Amino acid sequence: MDDGGRQVALTGWGRTAPTVATLAEPATPADVDAMLETVSQRGVIARGLGRSYGDAAQNGGGTVALMTGLDAIGELDQAMGRVRVQAGASLDDLMRALLPRGWFVPVSPGTRHVTVGGAVAADIHGKNHHRDGSFTRYVDDIDLHTPLGRMSVAPDRDPEAFWATAGGMGLTGVIAEVSLRLLPVETATMRVDTDRAANLDSLMTMMEEGDGGYRYSVAWIDCMARGAGMGRGVLARGDHATLDELGSAARRSPLRFAPLTLLKTPPLVPGGLVNQLTIAAFNEAWFRKAPKRQRGHLESIAAFFHPLDGVAGWNRMYGPRGFLQYQLAVPFGAEEVIRHSVATFSAAGTPSFLAVLKRFGEGTPGHLSFPQPGWTLALDIPAALPGLAARLNDLDEKVAEAGGRVYLAKDSRLQPDMLAAMYPRLDEWREVQARLDPQGVLQSDLSRRLRLTSATH
Amino acid sequence: MNAVIDVETAVILGGNSDIGLSTARLLLKQGTRKVILAGRDTTRLEAAAADLRSHGAATVEVVSFDAAATETHADLVDDLFERGGDIDLVLLAFGILGDQQRGEEDAAAAIEVLRVNFEGAVSVGVPLMRRLRGQGHGHLVLLSSVAAERPRRGNFVYGASKAGVDAFFQGLADSAEGTGVHVMVVRPGRVRTKMTEGMPEIPFTTDTDVVARDIVAGLRRRAHTVWSPPIMRVVMFGMRHLPRGVFRKVGERG
Repeated sequence: MDDGGRQVALTGWGRTAPTVATLAEPATPADVDAMLETVSQRGVIARGLGRSYGDAAQNGGGTVALMTGLDAIGELDQAMGRVRVQAGASLDDLMRALLPRGWFVPVSPGTRHVTVGGAVAADIHGKNHHRDGSFTRYVDDIDLHTPLGRMSVAPDRDPEAFWATAGGMGLTGVIAEVSLRLLPVETATMRVDTDRAANLDSLMTMMEEGDGGYRYSVAWIDCMARGAGMGRGVLARGDHATLDELGSAARRSPLRFAPLTLLKTPPLVPGGLVNQLTIAAFNEAWFRKAPKRQRGHLESIAAFFHPLDGVAGWNRMYGPRGFLQYQLAVPFGAEEVIRHSVATFSAAGTPSFLAVLKRFGEGTPGHLSFPQPGWTLALDIPAALPGLAARLNDLDEKVAEAGGRVYLAKDSRLQPDMLAAMYPRLDEWREVQARLDPQGVLQSDLSRRLRLTSATH
Repeated sequence: MNAVIDVETAVILGGNSDIGLSTARLLLKQGTRKVILAGRDTTRLEAAAADLRSHGAATVEVVSFDAAATETHADLVDDLFERGGDIDLVLLAFGILGDQQRGEEDAAAAIEVLRVNFEGAVSVGVPLMRRLRGQGHGHLVLLSSVAAERPRRGNFVYGASKAGVDAFFQGLADSAEGTGVHVMVVRPGRVRTKMTEGMPEIPFTTDTDVVARDIVAGLRRRAHTVWSPPIMRVVMFGMRHLPRGVFRKVGERG
């Protein structure tokens, strides 16, 4: 480990609100222990691949522990479908190592480039949440390095600590290693059904009626369409293709996984590139290109799960001011909040590429875990949009009133007073957090902004 | 700090300054939640605080601060940062114009202007910079003046104090590179304020809300130097290159 520690300016994926921290680069679990003993008053937070949109993995004036050096993938237990993996390994690493052997990650978000530690800390979800739940449901135990020492926590071994860590945004300790249960697959190909919906209501009806028949389901909404076409979208649903569904050529190497990065965003993108005109044109072309109804189309895993991973650094498209993603979840019955949110940004002509709509199934017992049964909507919004602060504050209130919440892994702007309404088990979480980290060593820009922990509360 | 509103918590040193309060009101419109007003006259500060609350501030605190009492500044800065939460912006808006005539005749009067405008800002600026560095982000903004660029016959005592403090903060801005802290020097022209009441209007005289707007725009750009109104950059470029005799004539006015 480099004790000197470089000073680096860090942001989240949205590239807003940079802060400067000392970078620690632990190479072994022992380095993590040593680091926890020596950090300054401003504390430490672990960071993976920086895909949280906001400030979850930043710690201005303190230490940020870059975990990507701890990326070993342990022995695969073929019988149990289980692997031990260090926190800094990415889902991409796991797919490359395990897909050829017939195993897939149990939950995959919209990018493969997240670490396992981040996946636990944010209790991430994917297109299969309505059926399979979130990431930590498949985690059997966690090696947690707290300022008081190492712990091994599991759903049946200090469950409070385990579930405070699942979705705990890295604030209960540094996650060093986990045991992960995997999904057996016959092929690295997806069998996909696509439907186009002319407006939001028909899209939501289609999802309510048909999602149950698919393992994976997600809808993309054109946020710039107004009037009768407001909320028009494309619904993509599918499952892993079985061996006998592949063509004879593909059947020779059914588990081949070789995703390509096709495009690269230029390093300097002028601020005006993403505007109402360019996005409206993009969205129109994208909507027209989608088939009205298509059944049984075969796609690669990368094309189905991670379309944006094909464009390196797409987050720079929003120019120097950056962007944020607003992701909300509301219970079933609060469809009006989804309609209102889409209408708000449609009316404002928000230049948002695409919004993502999905139905959530059962949540985990994670105190701060985001998913709960109902709807979730995610929108990319340029940070420079005039009047954005007030508009999002209004949405926050509607979401909270409906018994919903916003996703902390995406957040960069929530006000602290909304937090308890959105996460009713916050105080319970604070107690567990304070037990594991009584001195308040674990801190992030997010934890300070939202006064998440008892130490910052 | 917050990605959308940038400045959640702002501190105004010289909390009764017209430009300072205009800036605070504009920041509140953009979502700033907490303002700390620091100044000498705490009774008037309380009135200003009430005004800011009516403009949407969730929290306004009032702190006693005397720019000339440099021995108190280190503690004051500690106190500011211990009031809970990071500070996203500190605006140094205090300053006195002094009496030019007296300053030319009585060294003590001239030194009094230097003590507040120059020494006071340096004395509080250094510990502020240290604390902002310690949190890895934040804006430190100095209200300088176009007089810093080329002091005139009619205001060179004030001009000298601003030239000194302007130079110091320009250097501080360079020292801040890579620390996450943004240091910005603002050079307004003639602004209609309490300080300039009764003085004649000169070309490009402006209002506090224009300066406030230019300050907030500068924060967004992370500018190093902000002229207000922006045309003053060109005007003062011209002034700086005028032959001395001509400048003396121009400088006698206002």
